Parts: sequence; structure tokens; C-alpha cells
Amino acid sequence: MNEGSNIHQTLNHLFRQESGRMVAVLVNVFGTEHLQMVEDVVQDALVSALETWKIKGVPDNPRAWLYRTAKNKAIDIVRRNKFSETFDFSAPEHQLLTSEYTLSRTMDQFWEETEIQDDFLGMMFACCHPELSKENQITFILKSLCGFSTREVAKAFLTGEDTISKRLYRTKEYFRKNKVKLQIPGPDEIANRTDAVLSAIYLVFNEGYSATHNDQLIREDVISQAMLLCKSLLDNPKTQLPQAYALMALMCFHAARIEGRLTREGELILLNQQDRSTWNAELIYKGNDLLNQAAFGDTVSPYHLEAAIAYEHSTAKSYQETNWEAILRYYDHWLSLAFDPVVYLNRCLVLLELKGPQAAWDAMNQIQDHQKMQNYYLYHAALGEILDRLGRKAEAVQFLEAAAKLTQSAPEKRFLRDKIAAICN
Amino acid sequence: MKEYLFIIRGGEDMSNHSPEQMQEHMMHWQKWMGGMAEQGKFVGGQPLQGEGKSLVEKGTQVIDRPLAEGKELVGGYLIVKAETLDEATEMAKGCPGFEHDCSIEVREIRAM
Repeated sequence: MNEGSNIHQTLNHLFRQESGRMVAVLVNVFGTEHLQMVEDVVQDALVSALETWKIKGVPDNPRAWLYRTAKNKAIDIVRRNKFSETFDFSAPEHQLLTSEYTLSRTMDQFWEETEIQDDFLGMMFACCHPELSKENQITFILKSLCGFSTREVAKAFLTGEDTISKRLYRTKEYFRKNKVKLQIPGPDEIANRTDAVLSAIYLVFNEGYSATHNDQLIREDVISQAMLLCKSLLDNPKTQLPQAYALMALMCFHAARIEGRLTREGELILLNQQDRSTWNAELIYKGNDLLNQAAFGDTVSPYHLEAAIAYEHSTAKSYQETNWEAILRYYDHWLSLAFDPVVYLNRCLVLLELKGPQAAWDAMNQIQDHQKMQNYYLYHAALGEILDRLGRKAEAVQFLEAAAKLTQSAPEKRFLRDKIAAICN
Repeated sequence: MKEYLFIIRGGEDMSNHSPEQMQEHMMHWQKWMGGMAEQGKFVGGQPLQGEGKSLVEKGTQVIDRPLAEGKELVGGYLIVKAETLDEATEMAKGCPGFEHDCSIEVREIRAM
């Protein structure tokens, strides 16, 4: 163990994590309409840390050092704007910022541990406001709460920096115009609003999980961020909802199996060929634990069912020993909550295992008119697979070719091409 | 063993880097400095704030900034131990600041 790696463990993404927390606290101090300024202050505090620590060494309590620096910068800004109308400090908890006698003490209160946690959650709820598009929500979360740069977010979404900047700008405008406040919603709203946050978190997770990425680092970063966001919901009594536990369980099951999905060369490995010893037993155990914790109240959310399905896959000793009957029951339950063609498609693939290609083919006909399916590569890939098993080779190849055209992911494309080649020979 | 001064100038403005990139850059410094400290060759150092004042015209005029800008601005200094100027220069080559366009002047500190 050299000194360098010890420091590494102490710091472990400290800058990234604390930047989101500092943004949340300062937004609470100055208001969402001053988000740009807040981001500059946080960036400034991080640069100060970098310039100082690189020569003086990392202080014993780096977090406290960062907070103190950000706090002092905030106090300077309040003082500089004392006689202007820049900030609205009319709210009771802000009023005492306007007097020199109470400024520093009041500012300290904004940085109490529980306050920081609440602000961070409040920021999550603000980011996931129903009036913001999902795309804008998750872009903003990665940028502001997870401390990704515009460039890193663009990389995560496989899109250009301009697109990301536009999305961020729209969100900031929305905050500015509506003077959105950071708050954890009240009891009557909390479940609905938390669902919106969960769905954004799951989107972030899937963004990292999708095999579209060649960049392993970005993938792992995005996945661990999604899990951290979910953890902050579970750490707060107000948001410890069954569906939050269920989503966390689901992400654990997925994350446990990420190692087994791709070869070293980045080629896809299908579930039935994956080496199950590469799955992370600890994460599966943790997922199981969380799934048990999710079983309270009378809520059965889609996350519960998706997690239960993932649990069955994760704990089956081999592909052949998978409990397809149980999985089919979970799919039926899930579809009874709300019909979703993608979920239905996955159910068809369970039928394929359980009752063979004819049953799967018959079931697939139910969704052939769904607009969403025509551009969904997995729909075509699944049909190709089913037709191949029915011995209708020529039709199978047609669907597999359509699927290969539709997917953005290089490993998926290669996988489908290989399959077509295998059928044709 | 003699003492040498590393005068570190310039270097890129890090403010448009992501938190993760900044932290990574700092880790490189920690590693370099730690390496010198382990060999007992690191004496001390200080970072400097960007702002400053300059006195010119025999001290009759005060300017509200350092005279040097950008690449010429001293961002900090280190004092290290080495046998020769060449050895000290060799040590300076490991400075992570070069990733961001800094320059280093290596000078022997005169002994009394």
C-alpha cells in the first residue's frame, strides 16, 4: 500500500459527491434562479481545494474543508450584494442572512448535516418536476447532483455537448421562471413525486447499464451514481418507500451480473451462456435483503415485480434450472398493473422457454400493431429468434436484419450479424 | 545535500474541468509529492493565491494585480533536497502540472 492509494480510498470521488451536496445547499441559500452562480461558487471551492491540497496535502477532514470554503464564498457574496435586490431573503429562515450580526451563524445552520441531506433530496425532487421532460431531468441530475461535466454527460448519453447544454439551459430557465423551491413534498404528494424520482434514477441506471457503451469507466460511474441517488432516498425516513427499496434491490441484481454480460473484447454473452461464477454474490445477497425490506405496506410496484424476476434469474443455479413458471407469474402480475408492450415482449420470451416457439409466436401476434414495436430492435430480434426455432429461416433472417439496422449498439449489431450468418450456413 | 527551489509558473485554469478530473489531477500531485517526501527530499512548499499587488516606480505606484499573467504567473513554490542541480531538475520532470502547461524554474538556494 503506497501513500497514493491510501489517499485514494479516503477521497473516493469526494469532489464529485460533495459538488452535488454543495450545489444543493447553496441553491437553498440563494434560490434556484441563481443556479449558474451557485455552480460557479462550487467549482471555485473545488479549484481552491485542488490548488491548496496539491501542495499542502489533503486535510484531515476534506469534506469540512470544502464546506467551509463554500460557506465563506457564500458569505462574501451576501456581503457584496447587501444593498442590491439580487437575492430574495424574505423567507423566515433567510431573513437573518441580511444582518451582519447574524449572517455567519445563520449561514452555518444551512450546513448542518441533516440540512444538507434534506437539501440534496429537495434538489432531486426539483430536478424531477413533472413539467420537465425525462430527458432534461436525467441530464440535469447527472450534471448538478452527480458532478459530471457537460462533456461527461454527453459521453454518457452518446450525444453532443451542444445537445446537453441546450437541455441544461432549458431546465435552468424553468427553475428561474418558476422560482422552484427545494423541498421534500408533503405526505399527500410524496408517493407520486418519489415515483418520478425513482423513474429518473432507473433511467440513469439504464443509461449506464446499456451495452451501447464501449467506455467501461463511464458505465460504472453512471451506475454507481444511480445507486447512490437511490441510497439517499432510503437514508431519509420521509422517502423510505417500498418501491424505493424494490428499485434498489433491482439495481443490485442487475449490477451483480454486469461482469458476465460482455466478453473482454466487448462482445455480448447471452444469459444462457453466461458464466454464473462471474456474478457478484455479495450484490445478489444485498439485493435479496433489500427485496425483503421492500415487502411492507400494500404497494406492489413494477419495481417489485421486475426485481422479483431479476431475483429468479440471479439465484438460478443454471439457465436450465431457471424457475420460468414463477417468472411468468410475475410478468402476468406486472402486466395486470399496466399494459406495456415491452414488458409483454419479455413475457413472450419466457413463453418461448416454457412452452416453445409456437406459443411464443401466437403471443407475439398480440403486439404486432403496436407503433412502439416497429422501431424497437428487440421486437424484431425476438421474432427472428422465434421464427428460427420454428424452422422458418428466411423470415427469421429478415427480422434479424431489421433488428441489426435499428440498434445503436456495436456489440448488438455484431451479435445479430453473427446470428444471421449462423442461420444462413 | 543542497536545497533547491521549484518556482512553478502558469498552468491551465482548471475551473472548466469536472470535479472528477480535478480530483484526479490532485491525486497525481499527491503521488509526486509523496514520492519525494518518502525519499526525505521534500522540504516544504506553499501555493499562492492568484490575486496580488505589485509595487513599481520605486514603490511609488501600486498596481492591483501581480505583474505577470497567465503563463508567467507564479502559482506556487516547493523546496526540495538534491545533490546537484541536474538531480533536482530530474525530480521536477515528474510534476503533474506539466499535464496542464505549467513551467518550472529550478534554482539552488544559496547556503549561508
